[in-house]
Amino acid sequence: MAYLMIFVTAIFVNNIVLSQFLGICPFLGVSKKISTAAGMGIAVMFVITLSTIVTYLIYYSFLQPYNLSFMITVTFILVIASLVQMVEIILKKTSPALYQALGIFLPLITTNCAVLGIAILTIQKNYNLLAAVCYALASSMGFTLAIIIFAGIRERLNTTNIPAALKGTPIALITAGLLSMAFMGFAGISH
Amino acid sequence: MDKTSLENLTRGLIRENPTFVMLLGMCPTLGVTTSAANGLGMGLATLFVLMLSNMAISLVKNLIPDMVRIPSFIVIIAAFVTVVDMLMAAYLPGLHAALGIFIPLIVVNCIILGRAEAFASKHNVWQSLLDAVGMGVGFSCALTLLGSVREILGSGSLFGHSFVGEGADTMLLFIMPPGAFLALAGLIITVNRLRGVK
Amino acid sequence: MDKAKFFKMALTLVTIAILSAFVLAWVNGLTKEPIQKAKDARELQAIAEVVGEFDNNPFAEKMTIYTPDKKAKLTFYPARKNGKITSFAVKTFSNNGFGGRLELIAGFYINGAVKNFKVTDHKETPGLGTKVSEDAFRSQFDGFNPKRRIFKVRQDGGEIDAVTAATISSRAVVDAIQRAIDAYNHFKTGK
Repeated sequence: MAYLMIFVTAIFVNNIVLSQFLGICPFLGVSKKISTAAGMGIAVMFVITLSTIVTYLIYYSFLQPYNLSFMITVTFILVIASLVQMVEIILKKTSPALYQALGIFLPLITTNCAVLGIAILTIQKNYNLLAAVCYALASSMGFTLAIIIFAGIRERLNTTNIPAALKGTPIALITAGLLSMAFMGFAGISH
Repeated sequence: MDKTSLENLTRGLIRENPTFVMLLGMCPTLGVTTSAANGLGMGLATLFVLMLSNMAISLVKNLIPDMVRIPSFIVIIAAFVTVVDMLMAAYLPGLHAALGIFIPLIVVNCIILGRAEAFASKHNVWQSLLDAVGMGVGFSCALTLLGSVREILGSGSLFGHSFVGEGADTMLLFIMPPGAFLALAGLIITVNRLRGVK
Repeated sequence: MDKAKFFKMALTLVTIAILSAFVLAWVNGLTKEPIQKAKDARELQAIAEVVGEFDNNPFAEKMTIYTPDKKAKLTFYPARKNGKITSFAVKTFSNNGFGGRLELIAGFYINGAVKNFKVTDHKETPGLGTKVSEDAFRSQFDGFNPKRRIFKVRQDGGEIDAVTAATISSRAVVDAIQRAIDAYNHFKTGK
């Protein structure tokens, strides 16, 4: 039950993009087409879940026992950067098809603040390992859901006539604002 | 001040403003600007890290082999961010609590790594400092402006000074998440108009 | 890649990592005390707001108390005047806020009646749920004795008027204070 709550809250109520503002850059940048948005979403889900598990284990087996909690930012960002690099190399060697699909998104993910953000938030929330995995998976599913819906709306926007002043970034931001408003409707869903 | 220095200093203020023109560092821009003070605080924290990291990277640029350039930059930036994080927790606890997760996330703010890579790794310390000041101040101004707009509309106050009566109805939407997107959209439209972009 | 080059690369990264670790350890040592002090000062200020006059340091005498089911750990702060406990504060929480967890410090008279409370951490909706911190709602708690009256919001058959359009937030405040009362009674009788 507690784990189900983590899922519902992280995907809908505290959506990482639309209410926590993590991962805005890829959300705005890679959302012109549904297919690329879905690819980015899946790559992000994979990296966030994997890196949260690894950083979680590193934090509780090295940083905390040796009173090195102040190294958390430095360690986590290094771990994430090397993890992304490793995933890229492994994918390239073992699964060329998957690499073709996700490869171009991987370098972009290192600077996706959602990855580091979720890793640090998991520690701040004092989760156990299972809850941490649920939280990471659910948050990144929230990201995927938001970016796919957003890309769908943007595809439709392409064929409509928008006022010149709103073209480009402004209309994208307004759309994101309306989407964020829609997600506010989920607040209180847990009651 | 000679012409190049002046240009490096002013580039980030308007012409290549990181927020309104380059659209960099969007997460803290949207996430912390519920009030003018929070926006300014975040801007100054970023400015501080940017100055330190640009100078440090410019100093050591010739010692770092090309292959490990990016990871080295990231470690240097992360170290400065942690220093700022700890200093703020100690001496500005209120602001530290308000900015929350976005302080450690300065590490992945694209502005910082972007300037390290595009500018500091190619120029001397003095010019890199000027560039950092320009970009950092441009970012701070943008965040303060966005924070002011949201605070005025959403809370009826500016820097905490209320100018509406107690219990007055303000446009609360603007201090909630959707308001961040809408207010930024409004500001970008205005800036585009002023810059004469069609 | 030749060995010398690889060695230089590794050496550079390790040197930078070690240098930054030393710098951070130094700054961490410098700021450790001020950070703790700032944290304590914030909490002490909140305690001072909710209890009566005192001349001791409630913070120095804090104790951990448990809810009867042993699931939650709360903190108890006695406020003494001339050596006698005249009122006390309990740091407590509720997981049923509109936005999730809500933390508050509740102050009590020595007879167990509520005195005041201060919300210290919350994710309630601005302008609605946040109204639980306003005097109109808060003043009805002063002197409210849960032993004699029904400590619930009116919608649940109690005697507390919930904030209009923020029943859930109001309920969460009552829930948090009730948790503090339960833990205090358990602490008192369990001794």
